Amino acid sequence: MSDASIDMHVDTPPGTSAPRKREAVANSRALILQAVRESFIKLNPMKLWHNPVMLVVEIGAAIVTFYVFAELLVTVTRTFSSENHLPFLIAIAFWLWFTVLFANFAEAMAEGRGKAQADTLRKMTTDTLANLMKGEDIEQIPAAQLRRGDTVVVSAGETIPGDGDVINGIASVDESAITGESAPVIRESGGDRSAVTGGTKVLSDRIIVQITSEPGKTFLDRMISLVEGASRSKTPNEIALDILLVALTMIFLLVTVTLEAFAVFSGNPVQVSVLIALLVCLIPTTIGGLLSAIGIAGMDRLVQHNVLAMSGRAVEAAGDVNTLLLDKTGTITLGNRQAAEFLPVTGVEVQELADAAQLASIADETPEGRSIVVLAKQFGIRERHLHAEDTTFIPFTALTRMSGVDWQGHKIRKGAADSVAAWVDSLGGHASLEIEDLARSVGEQGGTPLVVSIDDRALGVVHLKDIVKGGIRERFEQLRAMGIRTVMITGDTPVTAAVIAREAGVDDFLAQATPEAKMELIRKEQAQGKLVAMTGDGTNDAPALAQADVGVAMNTGTTAAKEAGNMVDLDSNPTKLIEIVEIGKQLLMTRGALTTFSIANDVAKYFAIIPAIFMVAYPELRALNIMGLNSPNSAILSAVIFNALVIVALIPLSLKGVRYRPLGAGAVLRRNLLIYGLGGLVVPFVGIKLIDMALVALRLAA
Amino acid sequence: MAFDIARLIGFVVLLTGIAVPLGLYMARVYQGEKTWLTPVLAPVERFVYRVGGVDPSGEMPWTVYAVSLLLFNFACFTILYAMLRFQGSLPLNPTGAVGMSPALAFNTAVSFVTNTNWQAYAGETGVSHLIQMAGFTWQNFISAATGITVAIALIRGLIRKESRTVGNFWVDLTRTWLYVLLPICLVLAVVFVSQGVVQTMAGSVSATTVQGATQTMSVGPVASQEAVKVLGTNGGGFFNANSAHPFENPTPLTDLLQMLAILAIPAGLTFTFGKMAGNLKQGVTVFAAMAILFALSVGVMYGFETAGNPNLTKAGADQVASVTQAGGNMEGKEVRFGITDSALFGSVTTGASCGAVNASMSSMTPLAGGMAMLNIALGEVVFGGAGAGLYGMLVFAILAVFIAGLMVGRTPEFLGKKIGPKDIKLAMFAVLALAAGILGFAALGVSTPAGMAGRLSVGPHGLSEILYAFTSGVGNNGSAFAGLNAASLFYTTTIGIAMLIGRYLFIVPVLAIAGSLAAKKQVPPSAGTFPTDTPMFSGLLVGVVVIVGALTFFPVLALGPVLEQLLMTAGKLF
Repeated sequence: MSDASIDMHVDTPPGTSAPRKREAVANSRALILQAVRESFIKLNPMKLWHNPVMLVVEIGAAIVTFYVFAELLVTVTRTFSSENHLPFLIAIAFWLWFTVLFANFAEAMAEGRGKAQADTLRKMTTDTLANLMKGEDIEQIPAAQLRRGDTVVVSAGETIPGDGDVINGIASVDESAITGESAPVIRESGGDRSAVTGGTKVLSDRIIVQITSEPGKTFLDRMISLVEGASRSKTPNEIALDILLVALTMIFLLVTVTLEAFAVFSGNPVQVSVLIALLVCLIPTTIGGLLSAIGIAGMDRLVQHNVLAMSGRAVEAAGDVNTLLLDKTGTITLGNRQAAEFLPVTGVEVQELADAAQLASIADETPEGRSIVVLAKQFGIRERHLHAEDTTFIPFTALTRMSGVDWQGHKIRKGAADSVAAWVDSLGGHASLEIEDLARSVGEQGGTPLVVSIDDRALGVVHLKDIVKGGIRERFEQLRAMGIRTVMITGDTPVTAAVIAREAGVDDFLAQATPEAKMELIRKEQAQGKLVAMTGDGTNDAPALAQADVGVAMNTGTTAAKEAGNMVDLDSNPTKLIEIVEIGKQLLMTRGALTTFSIANDVAKYFAIIPAIFMVAYPELRALNIMGLNSPNSAILSAVIFNALVIVALIPLSLKGVRYRPLGAGAVLRRNLLIYGLGGLVVPFVGIKLIDMALVALRLAA
Repeated sequence: MAFDIARLIGFVVLLTGIAVPLGLYMARVYQGEKTWLTPVLAPVERFVYRVGGVDPSGEMPWTVYAVSLLLFNFACFTILYAMLRFQGSLPLNPTGAVGMSPALAFNTAVSFVTNTNWQAYAGETGVSHLIQMAGFTWQNFISAATGITVAIALIRGLIRKESRTVGNFWVDLTRTWLYVLLPICLVLAVVFVSQGVVQTMAGSVSATTVQGATQTMSVGPVASQEAVKVLGTNGGGFFNANSAHPFENPTPLTDLLQMLAILAIPAGLTFTFGKMAGNLKQGVTVFAAMAILFALSVGVMYGFETAGNPNLTKAGADQVASVTQAGGNMEGKEVRFGITDSALFGSVTTGASCGAVNASMSSMTPLAGGMAMLNIALGEVVFGGAGAGLYGMLVFAILAVFIAGLMVGRTPEFLGKKIGPKDIKLAMFAVLALAAGILGFAALGVSTPAGMAGRLSVGPHGLSEILYAFTSGVGNNGSAFAGLNAASLFYTTTIGIAMLIGRYLFIVPVLAIAGSLAAKKQVPPSAGTFPTDTPMFSGLLVGVVVIVGALTFFPVLALGPVLEQLLMTAGKLF
């Protein structure tokens, strides 16, 4: 790839934070304006149908509005009315409408972010032309007309017209449109790097792609509908919660309707508008208004982490996961092994071994080779320039399993223990038993031994070690506290695996893992009722990804893997599984917290409204007015206003999610019960009292 | 005061001492394990199955379990209804009781089939000895056993893994009366007789009073019925005065035994639950939640009853307890029992859905009466009825787990069973049925002339009378507030329906929950699992019960007992 092609895709040069900030503010202002507009559109009862709690509020608001007009007529026709309810009625109607609007606004805000993203994505799908191969001919057709099975040619500078597999050629592809990652990736036919995504751009070379998706069902289309929330169906927990909220609404409907009978009995009939105010205050409007926003925001949080969940159900399942299957390489350890130690045989100085190892590795561009050079530096051996005339580099081949250099007449080699031993023998030397012992002991410590030789002498062993990622052990401890078991999956031998497992602090490991063994493990865990999450990229991972409750496919992976999983990580970072679990948990926590808060709120509202309703007929009930609210009207109005404002106040929390802490369930519950349960009891007492005081101070209610 | 509190604490200690071994014994019974009574009772059990054509190893899905239960209860209802209608023509009728009217017979038959034992009839004169023994006493066994089978089926639903079945109704029913109710009742009845509870086939005895007048007193087979009346949380006394009557409850010992017997099975079942769940702490947690609610109730009732009526103090009456008098509000109380025992008995009988009384609820101070009403309205889970208490509390536990369980970041689970939409639907249906029954019928009562005609009092006390009647009916409690004319056509019919709603619209969803849970996988517990065996969960359970109950009934209680108490303090009485 050329440098220019990379530069092309750096759209924002660094050091421009001030204009960017301004742009962000403008963006969020546009987002809010859009959400405000949406909240009015969502007043349409047909759109509100999916949210029964808010529908009840809307019907209530409509009835009170009707009373406002009726009262207006009465006031106009009759010149004087001793008891003018009008201002009170108008205020109630106003705030009831706002309760619905606030809830709509919350939902619109949550949807807004996704919509903006979808618009950018949609731009990419239009206007792309495809070079369709028809036998020997190439025909240009719009990308939208491509069918599954078509073959297209994509050359440098062109956009790939649809999802597919590379069947011929190799190219560097810019996938930043999907992943946000500007570094190009290599795509080639065959193997695990053959999948390409429509909308991405070929930067160099030319590839032939077989299309694997039908029009309108491409990855990009799915992504658009996901971020827009269009394909959102309710998850089991959401449905259960909905049922609870509807049932609570029915109970409170029953309470308010029968209350009228008891009120008439007590000689103190209650106005319908006041009953409606009471009803709206009692039904769980807080959680009812914010529920869908919480769900959308949860999906959105995943998108922010560059993870696409194919369904909300998958996000929820992530919160429930009991067992995480993590690939060793790349997740638990850094991708590559590194030289950790030089172990010379008796009679050889460490310096000499380091020197030979460095020489054998100079041309070795693999991370292992680099790490040997780096380690050798610690022994004072610097990089040196080898003259071409007396130097021949011997590259690694699968056959010899060795690499090295022929330098100044010396044959220097490094490689697998048995290969180097055989090589030394063939030169007439003899690899000592000591070499074998050293190599074995390195293996027993979980390392990989590389034997270094010069001519017919085996000098010693380089200890290549898997390096466990920094901080990963702490992550696993947190997961354990949350009750999640981690299982490391590796192709290593059990001995090697055990060492790394111990070092990384995983709970269990599966060594010499085959796709079948992985599948077996998942089935076994699921048979015990556990939910399993895993990541994978290869086609041979596909069955396991499909079997797992949460299967995160890497974006770099094959089409088969991406289709089998229920999430795709655009960054292809296997460690992200842990964050996905946390996001799932946070989503459930937020719902639970706001439900608890909403129900606990009702206690205070009763103490505001019940005495207010009956204080006139039974002044003794003043004793229940423990908040000391000013008058019946101000008390009822304060409760209604509090009820509406609390929705607005909680929008940021529902979009951001409650703070997540990696603690055991007991500790989390205690904390959240204290904040949202006890807080839910206390906050409205304070809030209603303050609103009442404000209303009196502003002379808005007597 | 200190002595009273010591006695109340002593009562709870005694209760725990009985409940633990009884609960563990019941766990053995329902798991089909050997008990020390097995050698004697197993042949009888086998004989019953042979006669009934029951295959004791045949397991039932929840649907079959529910249908068996409903059909059996319906058959019992039909027989009892016929007996009541035609008791005049049936033998063993020394007092010459006549057949009941259709409405009264309906009300009474429903009442005894649903474990309510609401008495719209006059106990000692309205029914014959045959009815008392073959009708009521039999039904006392059956209705209590029915409730217990439902609780056991629910426990099985919670502990079984991916199972289609929840047990065998006929086996559970037989084991309940044979291994649990019968042996204890035998012992209890004998002790009652030893204390002076009457047990005779005669209709009445005559005595010459101190003044020389002749008094005719009804007697009958009381002790045998008394034992199961309390043990099965039935509450339908032989006499109208129930446990305030000296022939039913003659000594302090019988009073104590009756209260303990009422709570023994409901409290014991919590430990049965823990034992069967393989973690006794699960049961202890539920027991603790019930005990906390019970303590709150006793505290409120004892407190308001001791304080008495401030107007009397103002008027110069001495209401302070002293050597010569009990102190507090003694109206409507047996002098033998006084404030403490009456308040305790009141809490016991309304907390458990028993309904036996040893004092007049109507005469209690308004808030003490309101507390009794709230005990029932909470869903009969303050220990609750035999079986009904546990399954009611477990429904609340499912709701508590669901509401708060999300807060730990997992799909809520109870004993490893994920709580799904179906379970919530069923649980909320049951809760809604109770609320609709109580509030709906009470609203009907205060809005119709027929309902209003039954009141004895005006104002908030009249509201309490009507509300209490339907609360007692729906809650299958059976205690009466007194004052209300419950024998009218309106009340016999509506309360009859209320009792059916409270019983079967709760039992069927509970069995459906049992079936739904039994079919689920069991997620093994981990550090991330919502803990349901900790004091925190007891507290949460109490919170959910109180909040759901309070939110549903606060407005009407505010207009009834709360308003009445405030008015009383202000000097207005009803």
